[in-house]
Amino acid sequence: MSLHVAFDGITKEFGPVRVLHGVGFDLHPGRVHGLLGENGAGKSTLMKILAGYHAPTTGTLRIDGEAVRFRNSRDAEQRGIVLIHQELSLADDLTVAQNMFLGHEIKRGWLLDDRAMRDQAAQALRQVGFDRDPDTKVRDLIVAEKQLVEIAKAQLRNARLLIMDEPTASLTPSECDRLFGLIDRLRRDGVTIVYISHKLDEVERITDEVIVMRDGRFVARAPTAETSRQRMATLMVGRELTDMFPAKHSPAIGKPLMAVRGLTVPGWAEEVSFDLHPGEILGFAGLVGAGRTELFEGILGLRPRSGGTVEIEGRPVSLRNPREAMRNGLTYLSEDRKGKGLHVNMGLRDNLTLMTLRHHAQPLLSPASEDRALEHAVTNFGIRGNPQGTASSLSGGNQQKLAIAKFLEPDPRVFVLDEPTRGVDVGAKRDIYFLIARLAAEGRGVIVISSELIELIGLCHRVIVMRGRRVAATVPADRLSEEELIAHAIGTNVGTHAGH
Amino acid sequence: MPSGPTSAPTPATEAGAVSARKAGRRFDPHRFGPVVGLVLLLIVGTALNPDFATWDNMMNVLTRTAFIGIISIGMCFVIISGGIDLSVGSMAALIAGGMILLMNALAGSVGSPVVVVALGMLFALLLGGGFGLAHGYLITRGRIEPFIVTLGTLGIFRAVLTWLADGGAITLDNDLSDAYGPVYYGSLLGIPVPVWVFLAVSVAGAVLLNRTAFGRYVQAIGSNEQVARFAAVDVDRVKLLTYGLLGVCVGIATVLYVPRLGSASPTTGLLWELEAIAAVIVGGTSFKGGEGRIAGTVIGAVLLSVISNILNLTSIISVYLNAAVQGCVIIAVAFLQRRRP
Repeated sequence: MSLHVAFDGITKEFGPVRVLHGVGFDLHPGRVHGLLGENGAGKSTLMKILAGYHAPTTGTLRIDGEAVRFRNSRDAEQRGIVLIHQELSLADDLTVAQNMFLGHEIKRGWLLDDRAMRDQAAQALRQVGFDRDPDTKVRDLIVAEKQLVEIAKAQLRNARLLIMDEPTASLTPSECDRLFGLIDRLRRDGVTIVYISHKLDEVERITDEVIVMRDGRFVARAPTAETSRQRMATLMVGRELTDMFPAKHSPAIGKPLMAVRGLTVPGWAEEVSFDLHPGEILGFAGLVGAGRTELFEGILGLRPRSGGTVEIEGRPVSLRNPREAMRNGLTYLSEDRKGKGLHVNMGLRDNLTLMTLRHHAQPLLSPASEDRALEHAVTNFGIRGNPQGTASSLSGGNQQKLAIAKFLEPDPRVFVLDEPTRGVDVGAKRDIYFLIARLAAEGRGVIVISSELIELIGLCHRVIVMRGRRVAATVPADRLSEEELIAHAIGTNVGTHAGH
Repeated sequence: MPSGPTSAPTPATEAGAVSARKAGRRFDPHRFGPVVGLVLLLIVGTALNPDFATWDNMMNVLTRTAFIGIISIGMCFVIISGGIDLSVGSMAALIAGGMILLMNALAGSVGSPVVVVALGMLFALLLGGGFGLAHGYLITRGRIEPFIVTLGTLGIFRAVLTWLADGGAITLDNDLSDAYGPVYYGSLLGIPVPVWVFLAVSVAGAVLLNRTAFGRYVQAIGSNEQVARFAAVDVDRVKLLTYGLLGVCVGIATVLYVPRLGSASPTTGLLWELEAIAAVIVGGTSFKGGEGRIAGTVIGAVLLSVISNILNLTSIISVYLNAAVQGCVIIAVAFLQRRRP
């Protein structure tokens, strides 16, 4: 019943950028494969090729020995391959049953057969342990329920290979347990599963085998039972972790550069307090939805605040927008590089100088002055690519370096980086870590929000863990470990090191 | 690029640089399409009628282009910033009516007709700027879609004008018309005044768009408003100013238009909004915002009026089909400029 997948020399290019370099490995029927790799390793792209969302540029995909070329995800579905998206792809305004049959509606003559669809949906939903009415609107479901709907929908299409991309990113521990139970059952039914996750403890717990990718290439595969977490991490990063991160210099003790007290961003952060010292790299850990990004959007004035105070260099500030934040020495680089960080369709120069255009206007803009700024940034930050091209022509790592350069142009005292290495290759990652350390050594305060625990542990002087909109703990450098951070993030050791 | 790459290994950068350079050399339909279209039309016009390529006819075409052309310069800023203004035709009508009423009223108390006309012109510019800022205010602070706001004022402006005119026309007093006439009919160095003004507004617009921080902000907002906001750009203020700027442009166009007929009626400026938007789009500005060109917009406006001029001078296609021919050109240009998905 199950199916055998073989990737053979798969490459994929997006315009000028090559993200997969001849990937080749097999997926064995009826097993749970953990697909590991850092952000930007090419896991998601490869899985989208398998699920028919992208076509490979070169190389062959074989299903049960037969070379196939999917034109779209429907083709792949017909072979029993279903990808469950990281951002769940359900239409909010339709009901559960309508979503499950979207594009595959059952009809009686010209009309939709709602009752048949509802009955079949209800049956599939029961199998995955979803106990709500199939007529519920998807808008009213929580994330874990949406995930069950996605799996039930896949079952309805007789999925024989399920790809789950970071399925636990926003689940509570008990919801995770339920999902793992379901995965176990699917495996017993002979379904092949590809499980993509950053959480090595989960991978250890539920997969039969791990496959590691790095920088668009296949690196290694091994039975999970024989691979330590340390080994997995080293394979993902491609070098010993000690070599990835700069040495930590202790920050100055004394007056804080930035002091936040009891800040509340309704719906996202409650009573958050912390200090940031000059020269300090302060990490923010937490699950998706713990309120980290929204906390800083609140500080910037992009979301309403309902209480609390912020001081920068001893001056109380009440920022209404990023412009006022910049004037007060605070800049924030968003995790969403294409949506909030860079104008990808604009040139490198226009991106770089956007925040400080006044410095280049006298009053007409001086292209020569802007070019000098770009030249300086290119050397200073090691941005590689065509300086005359658009930002989209740069690789992910170079885009990120450009974005960092842009938000440093106003010379902030406090610099907040949200997921600074998302979609960045290993070489650029290391560059960015050393750059962050340099900024701190210059006496700036740097805040790093990240979901990559390795990064927080390797880089930060202290890490604040947020859970359910509140600060759960502040972990000092000598106690930083993955176990400690995860425990605070999901709340399994409430109170032991509570930091506020 | 919605499904763009999430990562790239460094060697790809070289390839990226090469293909970007190639792209720069490639024929860019946005930049040259309108020019090619205009040149073709000029050749066709010359071939069909010997009167077409004369200096007088050219100046005639440019003078008639001036109104729509000036409005489309302002419209270009609004569209690049990601907005739209549907009300400009009605706004022009109301400004025309308002300034005529004011001038007629002042004629009794202020002696010199020239001063009266100057005051009327000033009033027109202020009224236009005020209407534009009101749009901008409703759109930014009121958080209403620009399409909706200006659809509303499209109706309001024209209805108020019709009411002021009591369904008929508002006519400028004769002696004022004489004083005002040269603004439309006069010429300097052989070139009509409206053409000079059109030229000046175009140059000012090009400098503003390409050489000032404001112009860069307009493009940044249209390209991606969120990114601009996060980059400390005062998005609301910039948007507000684009609508104000368009209002002033409508004021300028009206100032040139009123002395032509010396009256305003419910049909004044009818469908100007569509012609102005068409000129901007034909000129290679992206309807989705983010990028656009003033020179293209000027050419787009001229191209559209050359079409109606050719139809007027020849009898191959009926003048009544003018709008149809223009429509075909707009669709054809948009087809040539479409991006691959």
